[in-house]
Amino acid sequence: MSALARFRELGILATLLVVVLGTALVNPRFLAGQSIQDLLLNASIIALLAVGQTAVVLTRNVDLSVGSVLGLSAFLTASTAAANPDLPVPLILLLGLGIGLVCGAINGAVVALGRVPSLVVTLGTLYVFRGLDYLIAQGQQVNAGDLPEALLGFGGGTLLGLPNLVLLTLLVVLAAAHYLRNHRSGRELYAIGSHPEAAILAGIPVRRRVFGVFLASGLIAGLAGALWTARYGTVDAAAGTGLELQVVAAVVVGGVAIFGGSGSAHGAALGALLLGTIASSLAVLGVPAFWQQAITGALLLAAITVDRLLALRLAAALRRAARRPTEVTG
Amino acid sequence: MKALLRWETALVFVLLVIALSAGSGFRSSQNLFYLGLDIGEIALIALPLTIVVVAGEIDLSVASVLGLSSALIGVLWQANWPLEAILPVVIVVGALCGALNGFLVTTLGLPSLAVTIGTLALYRGLALVLLGDTAVADFPPSYTSFGTQPVPGTGIPWPMLLFALLAVVFGVLLHASSYGRAVFAIGANAEAARFAGIRVRQVKFLAFTLAGAVAALAGIVYTLRFSSARADNGAGLELAVVAAVLLGGVSIFGGRGTLFGVIAGVLVLGALRNVLILNDVPTEVLTIVTGLLLLVSVLAPIRGRQDP
Repeated sequence: MSALARFRELGILATLLVVVLGTALVNPRFLAGQSIQDLLLNASIIALLAVGQTAVVLTRNVDLSVGSVLGLSAFLTASTAAANPDLPVPLILLLGLGIGLVCGAINGAVVALGRVPSLVVTLGTLYVFRGLDYLIAQGQQVNAGDLPEALLGFGGGTLLGLPNLVLLTLLVVLAAAHYLRNHRSGRELYAIGSHPEAAILAGIPVRRRVFGVFLASGLIAGLAGALWTARYGTVDAAAGTGLELQVVAAVVVGGVAIFGGSGSAHGAALGALLLGTIASSLAVLGVPAFWQQAITGALLLAAITVDRLLALRLAAALRRAARRPTEVTG
Repeated sequence: MKALLRWETALVFVLLVIALSAGSGFRSSQNLFYLGLDIGEIALIALPLTIVVVAGEIDLSVASVLGLSSALIGVLWQANWPLEAILPVVIVVGALCGALNGFLVTTLGLPSLAVTIGTLALYRGLALVLLGDTAVADFPPSYTSFGTQPVPGTGIPWPMLLFALLAVVFGVLLHASSYGRAVFAIGANAEAARFAGIRVRQVKFLAFTLAGAVAALAGIVYTLRFSSARADNGAGLELAVVAAVLLGGVSIFGGRGTLFGVIAGVLVLGALRNVLILNDVPTEVLTIVTGLLLLVSVLAPIRGRQDP
């Protein structure tokens, strides 16, 4: 199984290289430092959300409310920062995390305790959180001019040549990948997604783990909202509308099985980077913006089809191996 | 089954409470007429989507098919096609969109959630490729009156008459045909249904194809109602339709649900929105109410299911 997972990520990486190099052949400026930096920056918020979504999808659930949580957190952090210009940046990020924590806890509680399908629950909270967002915003928007310099400076700043947001995303991706691969509770998420009943019988605290992944997804979406404010400066209640589908697309392209039990955080982040890179590359190649969505959709379909065919081959190979046990042990 | 009946009874009760307590503004024929127009597309798409969900699948691409059919109407109209020729083409294209979903789900065995998120982007993207961000709006009033006028001699909007006809067709299909029994069997247990000799793939394929065709029909109604063919028509509507279907008591796991419940669900959502708007409740509250209703609707039947 891990061989397949590794192959999946290599495949995304190879596709990414082909897209980048192919575009650079036509327009060499695509490989300029500034352009690469923009690529990473544009993909970072989606990649961040994709990491949280990965944990959720691994357990055979889905969190469709991430776009709304991001929007709510973006507006609340923006208006708080505008009203309190002396607030230090870490506190603003903490505020975002706190908002995400509350939203994630609501999702997690209803899904885990109510034993209700997450698709419906998070579809419901998608509306509820976005509605709250609009209710609080009352049609107003926070402009970059109202925000403290420190926050905008953080959003646009770099460290060692890499944008702060990219570094932060990288940190979260690495931490999540490490957790999912090496920690007992992280491995248990794969067990839950592979076979929920078996996981219960194996003594895994399924409800607590499912609650945990929704909490994590909410936290990350809340953080992403604060980062959205820092990055874009101008925030209204519509921030992040429709983002959930892009995030799910990134996760699926990144090789996380939508039926749970297989995939990785770095794969999902690569998926986000690939989708973002293709969008930029189409723009650089002069493809009209109208084509982007169609191509994204076709790519998503191609990714899940390839994934499915690989899984079928793997299953066939495993069956063959099972019939010839000596070859496997030998 | 008892829990489901209770749920539908509750929906009808809620509907009655809304209608009786809402005041005369709500009950005026003018307002009811607009309510009928307002829920037209959601009501239409909810019919085939009920079959898809009862069969244990989901289709999130329906609103994109609506947009694609609207864009197609615009492009063909600009090319001087007569509307009588455009409409069948649009419905066939919608059916093909649904058939592609069905093919990917049934033949390749891909999860419908992922497939239809992909085609959601694909079909909306194709709509943008066709028409860009322009609008085609020079339809003659003789056509657009279908989307805005009542059936002569009655207060019933044309789209509602269309809906009533289709509701009967889909009601028979789901509840009184061997096809419908196959749909329920598949939703309850696809493996068992296969062993019982039900052609699972064909049944699901047809459900997706119907969803595409009716979504295209809803695109025609939408385009005529607003006298405007645009690629972004109906964007985001997929969530509202899924909300209506689930509010109607259809289980997201498949195998349970009634078309009657879904129609009640569509009406409750529409009436609630209407009453809140009449009372100058901000639209944001409508969004919250929609979401809360959805949450309540999943919590309530499941509570009931644990009884036996």
